[in-house]
Amino acid sequence: MLGNLIGVLFDGVAYGSLLFVISIGLSVTMGLMNFINLAHGAFAMLGGYASVMAMSRLGIPFLAALPIAFVVSATAGIVLERTLYRRLYKATHLDQVLFSIGLVFMTIAATTYFFGPQQQPVQLPPFLRGQVHLLGLDFGAYRLFLIGVVVAVTLALTWLIERTRFGAEIRASVDNQQASAGLGINVSRVFTLTFALGSGLAGLGGGLGIDVLGLDPTFPLKYMVYFLLVVAVGGAGTIKGPLFAALILGVFDVAGKYYAPQVGSFIIYVVMVAMLLLFPNGLVGRRA
Amino acid sequence: MSAKGRPEREYRSAQREGSSIYPLAIWKLSRLEIAFWLVPVAAFFLFPKHLTLGSQILITALFAMSLDLILGYARIVSLGHAAFFGLGAYTAGLLAKYGWGEPLSGLLLATAVATLAGLLTSFLVVRGQDLTRLMVTLGIGLMLYEASNQASSITGGVDGLSGVEMGKLFGVFAFGMNGKTAYVYCLVVLFIVFMVARTLVRSPFGLSLRGIREGEKRMPAIGASVPRKLVAVYTVGAGIAGIAGALLAQTTQFVGIDVFAFNRSADLMIMLVLGGTGYLYGGLIGAAVFMLLQSYLSSLNPVYWEFWLGLLLVIIVLFARGGILGGLTALRNKFSRVRE
Repeated sequence: MLGNLIGVLFDGVAYGSLLFVISIGLSVTMGLMNFINLAHGAFAMLGGYASVMAMSRLGIPFLAALPIAFVVSATAGIVLERTLYRRLYKATHLDQVLFSIGLVFMTIAATTYFFGPQQQPVQLPPFLRGQVHLLGLDFGAYRLFLIGVVVAVTLALTWLIERTRFGAEIRASVDNQQASAGLGINVSRVFTLTFALGSGLAGLGGGLGIDVLGLDPTFPLKYMVYFLLVVAVGGAGTIKGPLFAALILGVFDVAGKYYAPQVGSFIIYVVMVAMLLLFPNGLVGRRA
Repeated sequence: MSAKGRPEREYRSAQREGSSIYPLAIWKLSRLEIAFWLVPVAAFFLFPKHLTLGSQILITALFAMSLDLILGYARIVSLGHAAFFGLGAYTAGLLAKYGWGEPLSGLLLATAVATLAGLLTSFLVVRGQDLTRLMVTLGIGLMLYEASNQASSITGGVDGLSGVEMGKLFGVFAFGMNGKTAYVYCLVVLFIVFMVARTLVRSPFGLSLRGIREGEKRMPAIGASVPRKLVAVYTVGAGIAGIAGALLAQTTQFVGIDVFAFNRSADLMIMLVLGGTGYLYGGLIGAAVFMLLQSYLSSLNPVYWEFWLGLLLVIIVLFARGGILGGLTALRNKFSRVRE
């Protein structure tokens, strides 16, 4: 029973970590540009397909395919930010929602056209398959790997934002765009680079997540709620908030599906509405 | 010039029309509006073979109009409006399945259920900002979808609710295969509800909604309670969505679980911005254009249809913000200014 509980907690944390990697970019776009981007999952899906194609068509190993996923999604992020997204930073939230739903529909149709509607398979390397024995308990090797990647990503991001000059520029632009521009920070470049970073991380998450979340053309719509939820519950514009929210969400979702399968995803929506009512501005509010 | 001219013109037209206390004051309709309503009447005689599609369009138009009240007039971004459509549909469907086949009382009960649900959830919705509202409406819609999926012993789950037996309208007109009764029924209900909504948005209440839309922070300064007005309009919008859902259940004598689907809410929003928000007529025109396009294009290939739909949305947002009616209004204003 206790082993069960630890197993569910572990799976939930791994699942939450994955959600965090994908959603952190969304948190940045919302906090920094105040942009509601429902199409964020499309970048994750692009990363997923990029890594699958790299593995199956080019024969690149799994671990080397992950950076490719990052680069492809980040490049797509730069292109779309420069051409489309930046036109809508000042638009109303309704316009942003409509625009990004439009993008989602187009991505789904285009992906179905090129790759077909079926699930994409992923072949994990042998050392990531099977179980690992730790303290008398069995842990999935791939899930341990996921948690490890997320710890690394979180540390790197915290370092980037807290310790580097670029991080200082991001923080300054989030707090006050006009003052930052006045101080000589190229705010528009900061926006593009952060958008690319966020899209790239989503792509990385998409590549990592094929084994857990699956990968088919409806991916951006299927998980849209989860990504939005992490940001809305966690609070946009921070790292800590979405991390907590993603872990809570992951644990509740896995526990709900394990202990009360007949209720299904119902639990997660109840938790979400309750959290939003308790913390309308997110768990971790951004410093003013 | 234009900034000064517009409110003045609106004020004058409001004075001319007056705010009638009779919701069904048909004689207050302008000639253009009467011409508009003659189109669906003419369609009844011209396309007797396509009345089923016609009824679907009328129902969707009503549904789109209900979202216009919430989105166009109160600026609440809702991604879960199908929740109330579905509640209305299941209420009407279940009533008819378990022996209460009389259509009009079924319609009223379904409206009552949807209105009540709208009132209860409105308090959750008006609390937050755009993102929170979006998530809460989305969450409520998904919750109901899951609930009706799980309670398959009552709702039929993914197979849908079948065995809905409708009685005759007024005890005389049966809902037959040719769809004539259904079409006329939908058209009359749409017209009545539209006239009520038209009166509502032209009333002092409607003006205060417009005030909230233009400057939410300033409304309390003239003594208007913003949350209370938003609660009221959200509740009315939910009730009307319930009517639309009930009409669908009654005329098709079937309720599928897709009445709660996210795509229904998203498509609805697309129709509304396609037609133009904040006119009431925008929802009607957008629904008609959307449904006709869909029935033509998706018969070619449903996957391509979704692509063109997405592209259409992106184009509307980037280049044609007002939708069809917004464009027409801009044209009219241009011409009338030239004449002046």
